[in-house]
Amino acid sequence: METLLQQIVNGLVVGSVYALVALGYTMVYGILGLINFAHGEVLMVGALTALQTVLLLMEVAPGLPPLLMLAVAVGVAVPVCMALGYLMERLAYRRLRGAPRLAPLITAIGLSFLLQTLAMIVWGRNYHTFPALISTEPLEPVAGVFVTPVQIAIVVISALLMAALVLLVNRSRLGRAMRATAENPRVAALMGVDANAIIALTFIIGAGLAAVAGVMFASNYGIAHYAMGFMPGLKAFTAAVLGGIGNLAGAMLGGIVLGLVEAIGAGYIEELSFGLLNSSYQDIFAFVILGVVLIFRPTGLLGERVSDRA
Amino acid sequence: MHTNPAAPLLQVDDIRVAYGGIQALKGVSLELYAGEMVCLIGANGAGKTTTLNAIAGMLPLAGGRIAYAGDDIGALPAHRRVRRGIALVPEGRGIFTRLTVEENLRMGAYARDDADAIETDLDRVYTLLPRIRERLAQVAGTLSGGEQQMLAIGRALLSRPRLLLLDEPSMGLAPQVVEKIFEVVQTVRDDGVTVLLVEQNAHLALAFASRGYVMESGRITLSGSGRALLADPSVRAAYLGE
Ligand SMILES: Nc1ncnc2c1ncn2[C@@H]1O[C@H](COP(=O)(O)OP(=O)(O)OP(=O)(O)O)[C@@H](O)[C@H]1O
Ligand SMILES: [Mg+2]
Repeated sequence: METLLQQIVNGLVVGSVYALVALGYTMVYGILGLINFAHGEVLMVGALTALQTVLLLMEVAPGLPPLLMLAVAVGVAVPVCMALGYLMERLAYRRLRGAPRLAPLITAIGLSFLLQTLAMIVWGRNYHTFPALISTEPLEPVAGVFVTPVQIAIVVISALLMAALVLLVNRSRLGRAMRATAENPRVAALMGVDANAIIALTFIIGAGLAAVAGVMFASNYGIAHYAMGFMPGLKAFTAAVLGGIGNLAGAMLGGIVLGLVEAIGAGYIEELSFGLLNSSYQDIFAFVILGVVLIFRPTGLLGERVSDRA
Repeated sequence: MHTNPAAPLLQVDDIRVAYGGIQALKGVSLELYAGEMVCLIGANGAGKTTTLNAIAGMLPLAGGRIAYAGDDIGALPAHRRVRRGIALVPEGRGIFTRLTVEENLRMGAYARDDADAIETDLDRVYTLLPRIRERLAQVAGTLSGGEQQMLAIGRALLSRPRLLLLDEPSMGLAPQVVEKIFEVVQTVRDDGVTVLLVEQNAHLALAFASRGYVMESGRITLSGSGRALLADPSVRAAYLGE
């Protein structure tokens, strides 16, 4: 029982990060029908930019309180990633609108390699230690469950960011324009909406969320490196499809569900596989559950239909 | 803006539009004076929708000129033209089916920043279209065809247009509903909005409009007052089923 509770807590933490990244996939898909496979790399750039900032601060202002250091690092990483998201849209995807579907997909994969390679050149192949600016030491266990301050911060900040995004999309004038553009960009233009600006904004918001997710990931595991975006990116994409791609609530639900299944599954994988597999194989859960859900609900948990607009 | 009162509000001059290699407009010219209601009729595929879309900025011109309120607007994107006062109710209505009725109406006012006046205009649209008011919180995709057309017109009015382009507002609707829609359009015209109306129903259109243009395969072939066109033997033969 205690292990199960512990795994639920761990799952919620990882799931929150998946959810933040999944939102970026799903928003871009909702408006362009495009899977931006390079989105996971934005997480990596966010983490490494934050790390770079922290290292710099530790040199020039070693007396700064750790929380403030982290805040500054996030304050640098988020705009850097937003600019990166904007550039991806502006320089690559915008030219490919209306091109056959394979073209943007291949471009996305190419961008992903490009970003990884650039990051490898800048930051090297090594694993970097990400300093524990928020403590990763467990607090006093509650009901036998260990929780670290950084885990609490991850869940709380994710929840706040998601709530803010939902409010923006569903309650603001801008969000209304985003939804209108997603449904029919030509008619939205007739209303005075600059569809290009809305599409760019979608990339920018998604990239900002991925930057925060990157810092969370690095803070939680204490590590950052040039290839760290790949697996969470793939998982978050899985989460978005699991929830119903194009659907905001679906991305959040998918992320949390995936995190939980993975964490709980990892605890039982040895028993389930009669000792054949150990917890380092937990990654397979994401893809098994995706397969199972898509067999029974091809549009994902909350997806109504695969939108194919004219 | 200094506008010569004698100059037309809209002057379309020899415009050409092509879809890929296919010439859909082969030199269309027409003009609208402020306060007029003019209709554009023609057979299926004549180029009526293409003409309206070109005026609204949804299609690039391959030639010709569009002057509006004295300015050449041919190169302005659609989202900038609505800020100048050109609103198009597109063919097929173009309702945002996943947004609520109220959200659709507010999208119509997207280009405006006079929040108080928007609320006043919303109230006016509710008075004009009482059926819409009863359904504000409903998802627009669940409205009937007639209600969707009303919503599309109401949404266009919320941009406070000087020029309203209507593309077959009667399409697929029962006669009583069409009558209501034309009443609304007439009220709008009486309020001083200039209207360019595309219609299949030539009888109705020519009865309401002060002038009309007849289009055939990408060209204007005839123009005149509503009464004159109604009496024209070629129009009667081609569009009035006589
Ligand atoms: N998106 C498009 N791609 C290619 N050809 C098009 C496109 N839209 C219209 N056309 C062609 O351009 C011509 C004019 O079409 P348009 O829709 O303007 O006619 P219309 O007068 O509005 O007809 P209807 O009364 O059926 O609405 C037609 O020959 C049509 O096939
Ligand atoms: Mg048409």
